[in-house]
Amino acid sequence: MRGSTLSIWSGVFFRKFGIVAAFIALCILISILCQLQVAAGEWSENVFLTAPNLMLILHQISINGILAIGMTFVIISAGIDLSVGSVLAFAGMVAASFATSSLGVTPWSGTYVIVVPVAAALLAGAACGALNGWLIARFRIQAFVATLGMLLAARGFTMALADGNPISSLSPTLRWFGTGEVLGVVPVPVMLFLAVFAVSWVILNKSIFGRYVYAVGGNEKSARTSGIKTAQVKILVYTLAGFLAGLAGIILTAKTGSAQTNAGSSYELDAIAAAVIGGASLTGGVGRLSGTLFGALIMGVMNNGLDILGVQSFYQLIIKGALIVTAVIIDPSRKQANI
Amino acid sequence: MTAPLLAMHGVKKSFLGVQALVDGNLELDRGEIHALCGSNGAGKSTILSILMGFFAPDSGDILIKGQPVRFADARQALDAGVAIVQQELSAIPHLTVAENITLGAPPSQYGFVDFKQLNRQAEELLESLGFDIDPRAIMGSLSVASQQLVEIAKALSHRNADILIFDEPTSAIGEKDVERLFKVIRALAAAGKGIIYVTHRLAEVFAIATAYTVFKDGARVASGRVCDINRERLIEMMIGGAMEGEFIKENTPEDTPLLEVKELSRAPRFQGVDFALHKGEILGIYGLVGSGRTELLDTVYGLHPADSGDITVSGKTFKGGDVQEAIGAGLAYVTEDRKDSGLVACASVGSNLSLSILGRLQDWGIIRRKDELSEIDKVIGMMRIVTPGSEQLVRNLSGGNQQKVVLGRCILTDPKILLLDEPTRGVDVGAKKEIYRFMSDFTAKGGGVVMVSSELEEIVGMSDRIIVFRRGRPNGVFARGDATQKKLMMAAV
Repeated sequence: MRGSTLSIWSGVFFRKFGIVAAFIALCILISILCQLQVAAGEWSENVFLTAPNLMLILHQISINGILAIGMTFVIISAGIDLSVGSVLAFAGMVAASFATSSLGVTPWSGTYVIVVPVAAALLAGAACGALNGWLIARFRIQAFVATLGMLLAARGFTMALADGNPISSLSPTLRWFGTGEVLGVVPVPVMLFLAVFAVSWVILNKSIFGRYVYAVGGNEKSARTSGIKTAQVKILVYTLAGFLAGLAGIILTAKTGSAQTNAGSSYELDAIAAAVIGGASLTGGVGRLSGTLFGALIMGVMNNGLDILGVQSFYQLIIKGALIVTAVIIDPSRKQANI
Repeated sequence: MTAPLLAMHGVKKSFLGVQALVDGNLELDRGEIHALCGSNGAGKSTILSILMGFFAPDSGDILIKGQPVRFADARQALDAGVAIVQQELSAIPHLTVAENITLGAPPSQYGFVDFKQLNRQAEELLESLGFDIDPRAIMGSLSVASQQLVEIAKALSHRNADILIFDEPTSAIGEKDVERLFKVIRALAAAGKGIIYVTHRLAEVFAIATAYTVFKDGARVASGRVCDINRERLIEMMIGGAMEGEFIKENTPEDTPLLEVKELSRAPRFQGVDFALHKGEILGIYGLVGSGRTELLDTVYGLHPADSGDITVSGKTFKGGDVQEAIGAGLAYVTEDRKDSGLVACASVGSNLSLSILGRLQDWGIIRRKDELSEIDKVIGMMRIVTPGSEQLVRNLSGGNQQKVVLGRCILTDPKILLLDEPTRGVDVGAKKEIYRFMSDFTAKGGGVVMVSSELEEIVGMSDRIIVFRRGRPNGVFARGDATQKKLMMAAV
């Protein structure tokens, strides 16, 4: 009896904190491997465990993190959004086209140079998302198909916008979104990521809309019978995902200093991976933003750690692939569901 | 004396420290139709799952024809002659009837499926059972009742099946099909098979079973021959005490109409439906499965638009096809299938309860958690929902408590009119009574209830008036006192 009580409690613990434990374990593992390099005299210090490197990890995951937050909403609503990578590129291109001098027109000046490109990009992202949601809710096509269409179309729009060429020579003001720092230490993308996380957390956990997202994903018929306007909820969910893809597009463009037509390719897969590692279920109704945050962190630490340890990129892919599948296999909340 | 066909003794099983089966005993002879009775959570499903090899017992003996057996999986159980007709339909909707029936072992030649042979086998089987179903039809295109019959045929396709388990086989089919099913079961028993029959409908125990076993709290409390007991005695054994009156009815209908439905049609489901529901009234709607009862409630609630006709609540006519409008007018709907359309199974009891009223518990879109919790606690107490807490996942509750959660969600919206579709399906005796009490109280306070039910006793016992549906049209209205089970049945078929 005592043993089984214990196992119930450890079950609760892992459901709530398992992902945190996994994250810490991963960090420890990588530090030990780095420390071995130091001990062997290869390195003069443990490069992994330095403040700049940890900040760098946050910086590296901020774009995927923002996409993954939107993806978490979509997945909880029992959907999927394959288009976020393309929408990111499209929004980035829109932002760049309003903030460059290379297209032959004088760019906006004063505060407009920041407001117009940013607003236009966010609007472009949200519009793509709204179109996704409308197609899914109005015509009842599967999210996979609707967003697959958008994945192609948005990429096409991106190329059409600048005739297939990248746009560079961006205004330095816009570049602040990618390269600036708050208080001289925290990079702007990290700040934006944390702000998006905080606001989204409140929306998902404390707002009526968040509750509706869980209900629609858990059982759409039941949600409808309960008086929820399910179509509206779905359209809003995809609009949010598109909006956040737009924000991520601005950051990426600002960071790299140019809008590339192939920007963000396959980013949707990393976003889905972060949400799934974090415990979101593709069948809908289940998922947490804190889980997604740690999902993104685990992927970030993994990338960073393997990089500094000099693991070749093809092995990195194999390890990442195994990680995603393993995370879902050992996810205790999933086991709970199967009893 | 020869060994019984099946004997299970002292079978124990616990899950995560919870003793689901304390002392499971069951004996079954050839030619016997053995009713397995008990409330939800009494251990019926557990002992059957062990018998079918879904999981291993912690201890205890299982003997089939005197031979001790222990199954590692369902395949082994099947090979030993134990077959089940599932309560929940497990058919594959895109395959044909014949393909479903022969799913486990389709006839083949050189590794290819022999479709000619497959269809002939299925046709012979269906014919021998007297089921009028085309083996080439796509499963998903059949009615639920026909699908259930196919499910039975599938279980019987295992030729060596000696022990057949029927788990709530009538929960999805109408009275006419029930008779057909009973005929089949009797024929099987006469052919020397042993039948285990699980049902919540006590009338069926007396209609078909020859022997019974009652489970309570994970152990057998009684068993014997059905002819030696009566309904009251059976209920007493199931709830472990005396039971006074099954139905509770303290409401009196008034003359003020709450809901008026005029010439409502939605072809081909139902046509020309007229009725009025009055204050304080329980209006029963009876009919066979597929007679348009559920579709009528769906349409009144606005889940589907009507082709023509008017729905008027408190003097205001609906524009139709709008759930928000119906909720605003004071309607609430408990759907037929709580798993399919009632509950968000992966969510907590609390968030299921408050789902319909979040709109009035918010400031600027943010939920006032304290107010929400107090509403949730209030209704958990009021409906006497048995749950460790409001954070418990609703799928972990028993069927009766799940149904109370659905009712609780409705009642929180403070409705004037309740539409209840099969409100006591798959619910144990104790919870049934609480649901009747709830309906009685709700109408006594001036509310109105439209109740669709396939259980004749329930509809006669609870309704003030009964409309009988036949093929999408009302075919008679019976006042309380005038309505008998026989009259309703006559009007329905």
